[in-house]
Amino acid sequence: MSGQRNGQVGRRITQAVTYSILPTVVAIVAALVATSIVVWATGAPIGGFVDTMLSVPSHRDTIIIVNQASMIALSAFAAAICFRMGLFNIGVEGQYIVGACAGAFFAGAGIVPGPLNILATLVVAMFAGVVWAMIAAILNVTRGVSEVISAIMLNYVALTLAGYLVKNYGERSGYTFTTPKIAPSSQPLGFGLFADAPDIWALAILAVIVGIGYAFLLGWTRFGFDLRTTGESRTAALANGIDPRRMVLVVMAISGAIAGLVWMPSFFGSTHTFGIPEYFQRGLGFTGLAVALLGRNTSLGIGFGSLLFAFLATQSNRLQSVGVARDVVEITQGVVVLMVVIAFEIARRIKVRREQERVARELEPATTGAPA
Amino acid sequence: MRRLTRAAALAGAAALALSACGTAADNDGDGEDTNAQECEVTQIEGDPKVALAYDVGGRGDQSFNDAAYAGFEQAQTEFGFEGTEGEASSDESEEVREQRLRGFAGDGYNVIVGVGFAYSESVDKVAPDYPNVAFAVIDGFDPTEDEQNCNVAYLTFAENEGSFLVGVAAAEQTESNTVGFVGGVNNTLIQKFEAGFAAGVEAVNPDVEVVSTYIEETDPRGFGDPAGGQAAAEGLINDGADVIFHAAGASGIGVFDAVTSADLWAIGVDSDQYLTASPEQQPHILTSMLKRVDVATYDFIKSAVDGEPLSSYSLFTLADEGVGYSTSGDLLSEEIIATIEDYEQQIIDGEIEVPEQP
Repeated sequence: MSGQRNGQVGRRITQAVTYSILPTVVAIVAALVATSIVVWATGAPIGGFVDTMLSVPSHRDTIIIVNQASMIALSAFAAAICFRMGLFNIGVEGQYIVGACAGAFFAGAGIVPGPLNILATLVVAMFAGVVWAMIAAILNVTRGVSEVISAIMLNYVALTLAGYLVKNYGERSGYTFTTPKIAPSSQPLGFGLFADAPDIWALAILAVIVGIGYAFLLGWTRFGFDLRTTGESRTAALANGIDPRRMVLVVMAISGAIAGLVWMPSFFGSTHTFGIPEYFQRGLGFTGLAVALLGRNTSLGIGFGSLLFAFLATQSNRLQSVGVARDVVEITQGVVVLMVVIAFEIARRIKVRREQERVARELEPATTGAPA
Repeated sequence: MRRLTRAAALAGAAALALSACGTAADNDGDGEDTNAQECEVTQIEGDPKVALAYDVGGRGDQSFNDAAYAGFEQAQTEFGFEGTEGEASSDESEEVREQRLRGFAGDGYNVIVGVGFAYSESVDKVAPDYPNVAFAVIDGFDPTEDEQNCNVAYLTFAENEGSFLVGVAAAEQTESNTVGFVGGVNNTLIQKFEAGFAAGVEAVNPDVEVVSTYIEETDPRGFGDPAGGQAAAEGLINDGADVIFHAAGASGIGVFDAVTSADLWAIGVDSDQYLTASPEQQPHILTSMLKRVDVATYDFIKSAVDGEPLSSYSLFTLADEGVGYSTSGDLLSEEIIATIEDYEQQIIDGEIEVPEQP
């Protein structure tokens, strides 16, 4: 009995290595090779590129990688929950801009004192993200407008709206405008890792919390089952008493709420104010979409993918000192996502074929043995 | 080039920030500011090694960043130091910008120039950790006025004065008595261009109307949006403008396209844009308002090489040839050039004070 169980565990591990880890490693190596070819083709020093990208990051860089990864991961979870239901929420970008802007105004006003302000701000930011996501969701369920089209437009509206609000209701800072800075009593302490580098932002922990919540919601709840079923087939879901339109609204709302949190780690950990372009980081919404794909919409995958993307982006900062344009790293990021999709598809086909062969083999003695 | 005292620097910042009237020079050396802090000259260690940190776009933008590189190159040929460059990627975080500067300092670069005001905050944070490195921010400002960094120079320009001169040119050239202004982003820096331009037009002929538009209110992409520039210029052409001045970075290419197809005039910005325009556009680029980022970069590097790096605010004005106008293509008539030179002298002599806010 125990031997059989050990065999099962062993087979599971082998399967995980063969069908999950191996394709990922292959994808990353392929992406580095593809980028190296581009670097080589442009005549830049390829050794410098590989050395820089694979070097061990400094303490400060390590902190930046973790901090950036936390925001990328939040954005990826916002995208992933929609992907699992067959929705393409390209509007994470706009939702997190609106969330950041609303949160920053609320926190700066200091309506709630001290550390409570942090909690209240998170709620406000999430709510703003939900409101923004709801525009696309309601248009989708009531008018059949593709959520992709409306959300992509709303991204631009969000940026312009945030700019307008900050300009008209914010404070002047240098050449631009920002929201009022948050009071020191509402600035949380971070997690110190190294003595000679800044702390990890306190709210980076949000990524871990959301990651665990995401895994639990999808894997262990009735709602998660409904969600995945709707993702597989809307008609099947309907036949089983799941209202797909209600699901679209609820899932978009959850996605918008997570998106509203995306920039909060940076806001409370570093900038303490919001203003475009200097006191905000744009583009995280789109990075999140790529990382959700890369991470196969799983918590662990997204965690790993966001660290990888943050690592690549941070390492690329030093590329120019060895004479390589840092933009090539975007090629690496793009190719990783592409290769992961391809590699997992190949792995899936191999798995299916092997299963079929195994089943055929197990049935063989029975069929050949029958006449005798 | 005019060195400013701490008091004047504060006044300069206030002028930027609060549209205060009067120029920084008015307060030159009055020493009333009690917060004034004595700065020792930054001592750079060893041979000068110079690093340029570009904003988004980097070298090859035929404008701002390239001008900084030109100044850097000139200094390098002259003084023969080791140099390096780094470029920002779009959508990068503040921390990454800081790391770029720290990377340079860690590699032993002791003269570091941040090209573009976006580096103001990062330089402010990094500079205290490297007291023996001389920093400069082009177009920069000190985000924390009460804690001055002695090893940081903010290189700013009297864009309003240069814009005044091309305003004179526009008012002289127009036949429709309407001239236009296209700004990239509606912030106080770009408003300085608009204010100077309008004042120049007004000085020549108060009957000429100035119509203005901005491509973006806050989004910095307004500086990299040729289609937006073209649409903005076409709008102004519809309003009757026949000479259009742009302060919109790379979006200006769209402005040039619009005036070229309408067979009207455009005025370039920052560098002599006649030289980099296409042959079809060239006959339509009347002049360019020159903002000598190259001069500022060169001057700063030279000051560091000479062992006395600039610090605090330095304003590059018409009198210092920090701003000006171009005559490439000989499209400006001699009469117009004479008029411009007349006004130029009046500004240098202080007879005309050019406003900074529209």
